[in-house]
Amino acid sequence: MKYLERRVIHGILLLIGVSVLCFLFSDLAPGSFFDEMKLNPQISSETVAALRSQYGLDKPLPVRYARWVESVLGGEWGYSFAYNSSVRSLLVVRARNTLLLTTLATLFSWLVAVPLGVWISNHPGKWYDRLSMGGTSLLLSVPELVLVFGLLYFAIRTHALPVGGMTSVGFDQLGLWGKTIDLVTHLIVPVTTLVLASLPVLVRHVRASMVEVLKLPFIQAARGHGIGPARLLFRYALPAAGNPLISLFGLSVAGLLSGSLLVEVITGWPGIGPLLLEASMSRDLYVVVGAVMSSTLFMVFGSLLADVMLVVVDPRIRVE
Amino acid sequence: MASKRKIVAAVMFLLSLHLAILLAGFVAPYDPAAQNRDFPFAPPTRVRFVDAAGHLHARPFIYQCVARPDGIYEYEESRELRYPVHLFVVGPEYKLVGLWPSRVHLFGVEAPAQIFLAGTDNYGRDQFSRILYGGQISVAAGLLATGTSLLLGLLIGCVSGFYGKWLDESAMRLAELFLVLPWLYLLLAVRAFLPLHISPTQTFLLLVVVIGTIGWARPARLIRGIVLGAKNRKYVTASRSFGASDYYILRRHVLPHTYGILLTQAALLVPQYVIAEVTLSFFGLGLSEPMPSWGNLLANLQQYNVLVSYWWMFLPALALVLVSFGYLNVANAFHERLQSGST
Repeated sequence: MKYLERRVIHGILLLIGVSVLCFLFSDLAPGSFFDEMKLNPQISSETVAALRSQYGLDKPLPVRYARWVESVLGGEWGYSFAYNSSVRSLLVVRARNTLLLTTLATLFSWLVAVPLGVWISNHPGKWYDRLSMGGTSLLLSVPELVLVFGLLYFAIRTHALPVGGMTSVGFDQLGLWGKTIDLVTHLIVPVTTLVLASLPVLVRHVRASMVEVLKLPFIQAARGHGIGPARLLFRYALPAAGNPLISLFGLSVAGLLSGSLLVEVITGWPGIGPLLLEASMSRDLYVVVGAVMSSTLFMVFGSLLADVMLVVVDPRIRVE
Repeated sequence: MASKRKIVAAVMFLLSLHLAILLAGFVAPYDPAAQNRDFPFAPPTRVRFVDAAGHLHARPFIYQCVARPDGIYEYEESRELRYPVHLFVVGPEYKLVGLWPSRVHLFGVEAPAQIFLAGTDNYGRDQFSRILYGGQISVAAGLLATGTSLLLGLLIGCVSGFYGKWLDESAMRLAELFLVLPWLYLLLAVRAFLPLHISPTQTFLLLVVVIGTIGWARPARLIRGIVLGAKNRKYVTASRSFGASDYYILRRHVLPHTYGILLTQAALLVPQYVIAEVTLSFFGLGLSEPMPSWGNLLANLQQYNVLVSYWWMFLPALALVLVSFGYLNVANAFHERLQSGST
């Protein structure tokens, strides 16, 4: 698998590049976490200096970077000044929650987008095609920020769904079934927001690439052989239109993560987003780097997954 | 020709939005920072044509909003006196486009009545005026950041496409890095490393530079592609053989090819960057009170009781949606035009 090997190496290089970029930016920054302490008259400037040197902030950039890499390899991912713990212990739970949210959102948005896009591509110009195209272009101009508040408004008004956080107050007392229900109801608002936000782009891409394929002669031939519309669309046309869609899948992960950050903060979902925001405010350097790195990691995984799918779907890539 | 009419319609819509925002001082009836402590969370004033007695009036009018004696944040209309809405009334002083002092407003009513087209916020400030003034900041940030991005993209794209070799290689690897990163994470990370407590003007410029710089990669890639295609045309070779300099060739023969892409990219980037500014200000990392920006206007919604009880606090979102809708329409129209032009 030459192709996949290359992609994995590419992903690793990407991660290294992002980490270097993060450290470069942090070096340009004029302040640090301990600057706020200097304002406190009870903390002497020697203490601040001692703290800085204890965390190695007084060292030059390459040394800091080397130390950080060492700590990543050791499984610590650096140290959070604000939480007084290793960044990894903070990130693992958060990353799991973000992953849950984004995976579900990806799943549902593709589950809706592919059938819808395929269906309307078969009848371009029909009323439901126009309706979907109009709807998606309208939805395209509604940012996540607005979507999530709309849904929250609905959720709070109707009392149909719990609002805020990931679990209700008495979560620990619930049985397994109760826990699942509770989690699912908390998931509905954030997942729906993300699905609605990513849907327009996906539907439009599916439709566009299907329309291109449906013009091709082999589809006409298949139709001439009397192959039914469902089989024709999903068995013949969709795989042929698959390549750009799979690439889109890899690319859409980044957008989804950005959307997820916003949605997490607003709905109080305990993912990486709120952690990064908090760390940005308090300049908790290694948490910021860790959060960016883990989002990049997700992204790399997403595009690797897309590459694997490409290899499976498209024999040309295997030969190459 | 249909596409031409489409462009005109889309551009007109967008222009009228921008005009209203640019002339915020004139269109808005009140000062965005003027507080009415007696009217927190007053609902939007209803503009009426039919009075309480059932008579029809040609000139629209409003009834004065008064607080209900029983209950907080509850209001009713006092039906005794009609306050007709007048055009070009004299009101609080403002500076048109920040330059010319004036007191004339597009519309208004006589005191003591007040017209709150989009209700008031928790300090009783007129939301309609705040939305317009906030738009100045949010849209200006979007436009300037787009300019920054396109300029950077043009510069890097041209150099990278024209000179190629290791310059091209390294620039494109870097672009890849910026393209694949989730932009909001990147934005927050970069913002995290920059100072928080600085003057509003500095914050504004900082936002513009950060947002614009982060987005350089996509335009740079597109422009590089076009430059690559254009630099091997025969007329470029011909003018080179006549002794034309690189700069001349770039300016005369290569750059004109990029205008279409630049326009379309601009129309796509502006709404994105407006949203980026709104998001940062919403998080409290951008411009803060009392400067209105659509972001910190929307931040009110983070309190769930505000979200549920006062629907008009939602209206800044509508402005945001309108602006991005306008830009996307223009981008679509440009795109169609480019496509039809190339085939």
